[in-house]
Amino acid sequence: MSLSEELQSRFQAQATSLPKDAVETYHIPKDQLTPALRFLKHESDPAYDMLFDLSAVDEAARGDGLTVFYHLLSFSANRVLRLYVSLPAVQPIIPTACEIWPVANWYERELYDMFGVDIVGHPNLRRILMPDYWEGHPLRKDHPNRATEMEPYRLPDERYRRILESVQADDDTESGAGEGEMILNIGPNHPGTHGILRLIVQLEGEEIQDVRPDIGFHHRGAEKMAERQTYHTYIPYTDRIDYLAGAQNELPYVLAVEHLAGITAPPRAQVTRVMLCELFRIASHLVWIASFGHDVGAMAPPFFAFRERERLFDVVELITGGRMHPAFFRIGGVALDLPDGWREAVNNFIKRMPKAVEEYESLLTRNPIFRARTRGIGTLTTEQAIEWGVSGPNLRACGLPWDLRKIKPYSGYDEYDFDVPTAHEGDALARTEVRLAEIRQSLRIVEQAMARMPKGPILAKEARYALPRKDRALQDIETLIHHFIAVGWGMTFPPGESLFITEAPKGMNGYFVVSDGTPHPYRLRIRTPSFPHVQCVPIIARGHMLSDLIVILGSLDYVLADLDR
Amino acid sequence: MSFGHWFLTLGGMVLMLGGLLVTVAFMVYAERRVLALFQDRLGPNRAGPLGLLQPLADALKLLTKESFAPPFVDRMVYELAPVIVPLTVLMSFAVVPLSDAWWLADLNVALLYVLALSSLGVYGIILGGWSSNSKYPLLGGLRAAAQMISYELPMGLALVGVVMLAGSFSLVDIVNAQDVPFIVLQPVGFLVFMVCGVAEVNRLPFDLPEAENELASGYNTEYGGMRFALFYLGEYMGVLLIASLVTVLFLGGWRGPWLPDVVWFALKTFSVVFLFYWLRTSVPRLRYDQLMDFGWKIMLPAALVNIVITAVVGIAWM
Repeated sequence: MSLSEELQSRFQAQATSLPKDAVETYHIPKDQLTPALRFLKHESDPAYDMLFDLSAVDEAARGDGLTVFYHLLSFSANRVLRLYVSLPAVQPIIPTACEIWPVANWYERELYDMFGVDIVGHPNLRRILMPDYWEGHPLRKDHPNRATEMEPYRLPDERYRRILESVQADDDTESGAGEGEMILNIGPNHPGTHGILRLIVQLEGEEIQDVRPDIGFHHRGAEKMAERQTYHTYIPYTDRIDYLAGAQNELPYVLAVEHLAGITAPPRAQVTRVMLCELFRIASHLVWIASFGHDVGAMAPPFFAFRERERLFDVVELITGGRMHPAFFRIGGVALDLPDGWREAVNNFIKRMPKAVEEYESLLTRNPIFRARTRGIGTLTTEQAIEWGVSGPNLRACGLPWDLRKIKPYSGYDEYDFDVPTAHEGDALARTEVRLAEIRQSLRIVEQAMARMPKGPILAKEARYALPRKDRALQDIETLIHHFIAVGWGMTFPPGESLFITEAPKGMNGYFVVSDGTPHPYRLRIRTPSFPHVQCVPIIARGHMLSDLIVILGSLDYVLADLDR
Repeated sequence: MSFGHWFLTLGGMVLMLGGLLVTVAFMVYAERRVLALFQDRLGPNRAGPLGLLQPLADALKLLTKESFAPPFVDRMVYELAPVIVPLTVLMSFAVVPLSDAWWLADLNVALLYVLALSSLGVYGIILGGWSSNSKYPLLGGLRAAAQMISYELPMGLALVGVVMLAGSFSLVDIVNAQDVPFIVLQPVGFLVFMVCGVAEVNRLPFDLPEAENELASGYNTEYGGMRFALFYLGEYMGVLLIASLVTVLFLGGWRGPWLPDVVWFALKTFSVVFLFYWLRTSVPRLRYDQLMDFGWKIMLPAALVNIVITAVVGIAWM
């Protein structure tokens, strides 16, 4: 029996017609959800090992109720499966998936936080991104989209006092801390957390008994904002999701929308995209080297890594005009053709980079103190990693060569010759080695992209979906009209949904675009790698020392903006 | 003692104190410039020519800052702690001979006196961490206590070889005994003393009590303004003290050809200080338990073996 037949006969699932992104999709009744998920993870062929994402779409503006979606990923079959569960708009209830995939914990809390869905059987159902005292559920369509639509904000003293009390870290005496234990509040402002992340750590001496992460301080409502931007004006927002990897966020977004429209970017644009993405992968890893080195107590890596990063940004600035946030990709291509002198600039950069990587190695992986500090720290097994939704270099450090650029190539990555570095120990040292090796591979890709850079247009021909060129708009009336409509009002994209997952520097980055045919995305779901990575911190930190916690946090490579969106 | 003698001693003390303060201020400046050179940047170069007035600007800023103490601290101990650190180091300098003729006191137990004072110095850090009534300083203070205990011992033992060779605890006698610098005769003692010295003054890779990435500055988190500056002063004077002890005990003190004694002393001392800077830019920090392991399982046995070998070779020699 095939998987779809089995799902249909055993769980009354209904297959939908294949959506734009060619992801197998089923509607499933709520009472069949738990057995179906369990079946998909353990029994089905292929087995769907990872819960990639879980969120919902509020149907209020185009129908009724809520639709919760699950994206499951099969490593053996290299395939994604989507499940839809329809819920009523009032008092929606859904059973938890935490017992099947522990990673569901935070995703379900987010579902509760953003949509008000009650999760039955969830061990810790509290708000996660919004503060506890927030009223309403932001991603509901009836929740105001901008501050001007809301009442003026007031904070009476009494309410302020209650809020402060609610966020106070438990005192040693009245918390879960036992005899001889201590509660240490790390963050939201702490040099070791790389941003506004709060960890409530239970210590015995300096040994960690438990860690409770408290996130959401960097939440900016990126998904909500998408709902009132046009498809094109949202591109700059994606830059700021993982703000260390600029163009790497634009790629899955524009690819998802391109799938929706059924267009592809011309070859020159594709190669330009790959080149920029790999440059940004290097940029992201450089910041990681800097901050991780500093976490371990070394003083020099930040300066050495930021020196190269500045040079890299000079190249990016020459090509795109921006540095950290280029906003350079367009739906169907890129914004501008490459400028004069780009080849020399890129060449200069990649020429000097190998020597710099040598320096990083001598400062980090070849330093005995660094090795002693990172070996055996924060070890993840491959099974644990998959269970907890870990991806990217962190997963590859466990020994699984899972790199979407190789395994599910997009943007022509299959035409480049590069290796997927892996390590086997799954600890902080292995992660360091993998990332340093990845920089070298990215350099190879950039070099090949440079060598092959084809001639030709930089934007897709389909005038319906590709932004008209401004220079042409000033020449002929037809383009002018298009430009006026597309920029002033926004382009419409066909209704449907489209998920695109790319290999970002930090792991698998997925953008799920739901379109209802208007100029704005009906719903945009951003699945970032940092979210599951931070979620698994308590699991791997228990039993280590306080200093190791900082090493573990650093080695996982998260960015707060990527975590909280 | 005559009036003249008292006058000389007092004058010497004032000179020493002033000299030390100026030296330490410029050590901070030198460290910032040297680290910057190591790290491909310029360092402070705005205040005065080459940024040479930077120490003055820093001192002025720290002196004019509001002397704020958090309401939850144990006030008396909190005030006392930052004084202890520089005080003990300053007292140690009394017995350091800068040259054949320049020293404040030539105690016959000078070496024991220095070790005793450096053990007292740690009280400043522990009490600072304790009296702050805050968790990060507390952890920093505890780390300092563990670290000092683990490194005092091998540090003292490393010097036994030197004492055996010189036959005296007096620093002046020890220098006079070095026709060959003791670093040649006591290489293990030198290494152990150097490593323990770095740990003693909480510098990388042994800066665990501070550990800004973990403990957000550790024992001095709750300190600001001049009180913080006193801790800082103590740390840098500590670096200078260790460097001058290394010079006196292992590098032959002021002795050297051609140049004046004091110049030789300064050259040797600042070379050792430079080593501290170099270390700081090159290595990451050890972990608490690794630090303890290193102290007890490597440093201590090495120091003990060194004593035995020195004794055996010494007897055979005689």
